Amino acid sequence: MTPHNVPREGAPANPTAAALQSRFGDAIRRVDVVWGETTVYVARECLLEVVRWLHDDPEQRYDYLSDVTAVEHRDPERALEVVWHLRSLPRRRFLRLKVELPRGTALEVDSVWPVYRGADWLERECFDMFGVRFTGHPDLRRILMWEQYREGYPLRKDFPLRGRFSRAEQLRQALAANPEARYSMEELSIADAFADLPDEMRQRLKSGERTGE
Amino acid sequence: MGLTTRPTPRSVEATGGETWVATKLDSLVNWARKNSLWPMPFGTACCAIEFMATAASKYDLARFGMERMSFSPRQADVLICAGRVPFKLAPVLRRIWQQMPQPKWCISMGACASSGGMFDNYAVVQGIDTIIPVDVYVPGCPPRPEGLMYGILLLQEKVNQEHMGDDAIRREMEPDPKSGLYIPPAAIDELSEPFGNSVHQTRSGL
Repeated sequence: MTPHNVPREGAPANPTAAALQSRFGDAIRRVDVVWGETTVYVARECLLEVVRWLHDDPEQRYDYLSDVTAVEHRDPERALEVVWHLRSLPRRRFLRLKVELPRGTALEVDSVWPVYRGADWLERECFDMFGVRFTGHPDLRRILMWEQYREGYPLRKDFPLRGRFSRAEQLRQALAANPEARYSMEELSIADAFADLPDEMRQRLKSGERTGE
Repeated sequence: MGLTTRPTPRSVEATGGETWVATKLDSLVNWARKNSLWPMPFGTACCAIEFMATAASKYDLARFGMERMSFSPRQADVLICAGRVPFKLAPVLRRIWQQMPQPKWCISMGACASSGGMFDNYAVVQGIDTIIPVDVYVPGCPPRPEGLMYGILLLQEKVNQEHMGDDAIRREMEPDPKSGLYIPPAAIDELSEPFGNSVHQTRSGL
């Protein structure tokens, strides 16, 4: 099916959705198909299990996590949604998973880092901007804003566009954040991680190939 | 603002005791300085593209003695800040400025560097003159190469009026030790005050 003749509603769902429903039953809350894209709402506590199955099952093989993000709706009653975009390169399928985090509950959900290592920075960004805590993430800290940023989570609806502090205070705090205290040349060098690199890359580095520095 | 504590050009007559040799030496040194300004390009956004166009062959910045981009601040004379500066980059820009030796000047290129431009939000510094002292502001979004070159000519004019006997051009300007800023915090708040429709622009007011 090509994008230009997809109806807004009523397009056939991704077959993975039916497979998920038959396997996980009640843990799959709802399936939406909009513009031919399938969105599966998953119960919060089953998320990691569902993702692991999607990744490992030979019929599904969702081997690529393209995005992790969150949506906060303007309606203050509606839950905040965390979104995962999964892609199966062998099966040519796209699947969107959502978990609803209702108001009044902790913004916490399992990290998918044990399945997709690429989720590391994506989840850090989501934590930085929305304050969603991913349990099981190895290093959950801010990634876009600096470490000492204390004004909150910028993409939340209750965050004023200009931030919470006055401009002078923001500037004072930003200037007080000494980058060298956090980022050292040692941390950035490859020497510490040399043993962890793949064999082939180690060979290339040993042979003296230029690394662009 | 940032300019008030910079050395003000003094006329030779006003200083009185200057000799003929000193004034001639002034004009010689200023002539040399203004025609060999080495820029430190601090390009963060689209203004940097326009800056590259200015440095390229058609507009040819080399005509003003600026063909040598100094990518190390320690050999630079003029910091050209081209593009928006987020708060995260503020300590970096401050550090680069402090690493440049005296005498040094700064050109703020474009609307974002000069005032924050359209980025009146939580992440962007509202004008780099709140971080470092600025000599010339070039408006535009981005400025055309002619605009930048006019700013450079203005800076050369300023350099030409400096006075060797003036101690201020050899002294590093220190920020206020209490606030760590060059201009008072109240002035920064006033400068950053939004105007026009943007007063009501907030996402939290549903």
